Amino acid sequence: MKIKIIVLLIFCFVNSKVYCQEKIIIQSTTSTKNSGFYHFILPKFKKETGIIAHVVAVGTGAAIKNAMNCDGDVLLVHSPKREIKFVNEGFSKKRFKLMYNDFVLIGPSFDPANVKKQISAIEAFRQIAKKQKLFASRGDNSGTHSREKFIWEKAGVITKIYSGKWYRETGSGMGTTINVAIGMGGYTLSDRATWIKFGNKNDFKILFEGDKILFNQYGLMVINELKCPMVNSKNGKKFVDWMISEKGQKIINSYKVKGKQLFFGNAKDN
Amino acid sequence: MDIFGDAFSKSFNLIFSFDIDLIEILYLSAKVSLFSLLISCVIGFPLGAFLAIGKFPLRNFIVAFLNSLMGLPPVVVGLIVYLYLSRSGPFGFLGLLYTPSAMVIAQTILIIPIIGSLSCQILEDLDKEYKDLFKSFVIKRSQAISAYLYDARYSLFTVVLAGFGRAVSEVGAVIIVGGNIDHLTRVMTTAIALETSKGELSLAMALGIILLLVSLSINFFVVWIKHIGKVKGYV
Repeated sequence: MKIKIIVLLIFCFVNSKVYCQEKIIIQSTTSTKNSGFYHFILPKFKKETGIIAHVVAVGTGAAIKNAMNCDGDVLLVHSPKREIKFVNEGFSKKRFKLMYNDFVLIGPSFDPANVKKQISAIEAFRQIAKKQKLFASRGDNSGTHSREKFIWEKAGVITKIYSGKWYRETGSGMGTTINVAIGMGGYTLSDRATWIKFGNKNDFKILFEGDKILFNQYGLMVINELKCPMVNSKNGKKFVDWMISEKGQKIINSYKVKGKQLFFGNAKDN
Repeated sequence: MDIFGDAFSKSFNLIFSFDIDLIEILYLSAKVSLFSLLISCVIGFPLGAFLAIGKFPLRNFIVAFLNSLMGLPPVVVGLIVYLYLSRSGPFGFLGLLYTPSAMVIAQTILIIPIIGSLSCQILEDLDKEYKDLFKSFVIKRSQAISAYLYDARYSLFTVVLAGFGRAVSEVGAVIIVGGNIDHLTRVMTTAIALETSKGELSLAMALGIILLLVSLSINFFVVWIKHIGKVKGYV
């Protein structure tokens, strides 16, 4: 009995920060965290509402899985198809379009597969496959990974058979994958925000951008308290409402890194 | 590579500017590691001593099992603890996931086998010396255990250090159950992982250097204590 009390006291001390606050947990894609976006926006949210938002940034695939286990109050990811499935299965009542940016194909500046000259992203990917130049794939079911797979599919390249050869699946987050791509001098697909903020660029550059297929939409959902009774849907809803409000959108648009706007609010389209 | 030079100057700056964020992260690292170490010692030492002097069926099997648990992959422990503490898991109602407590639980599971196994090894050797003496005194087993632990205390420091080393350097488990949340569950190792994934290699390296300095100073401290013990002739 004594030991139980002691253990309890220890946990209370270790966790002292957790209990006395209004808070929410955001299950999130990594790009919004690695780009410094939360660092910019969450203090403003806290100032207005008093709610502290804790971010667990794990990649879209893992974030959705965690959210399905009810381990979050809000989900912020970028894989529309899977988000719609998430809503249809009842894990959220509604999905809101939050903001967008785009994916970019990055690679060594001398561009061994000559992707720079290609007319479309699909054609650029096809060139990489044709010339068997190294490509680092996320391989982690993230939003970026599913877009990449979609482009390979459109390009008619079956990456499975090249896995471990020129097609290297890192199974890691965006930043780690960029590190790998740079380390081996290969191409990779990244979201623009992570790339702009990335510190270890070496001689790597954006080699292809601006195709419609590279459009990257971020979605925002409150996790349904009917599915997950422990969810703090009240505060979750406050967060979502604030983010899609005119003010929230303005703040999103005002976030810049090295003079460049990283995310473009489009909650109006909901 | 000028990353190393860069890292050294960055770590130097971080230390001497008393960076608040860094202090917070260091504090949490120490808090989580030390608490899990404390709990592990409370459980692990008696367990090790019990196994060292006990004679019962399956003893060797249990010792071998405990030894192999020393090699538990942190990610696996993280995953198991996650599944239990998840809101959809059996202990979800406690709301412990993504808190420092969850990290303490995971690290405790990781360290208990180390403390238990290594102390068992040390006390076994001691047992050979003391066995006959204790037999002639006819003392209770619990008394024998505390006598062993007390007499071996300086050797057991090394065991504690091994446990601390595991706790403070481990990243796989705490990143899963803690979530690497800024100002809440971010510790040195998860911060290093994050900075690496942001491509801030020299900053990541700087944090690594600081972590190394911390464990260096702790180890020097322990060597010093052992030295005092030796001088006094207890070891």
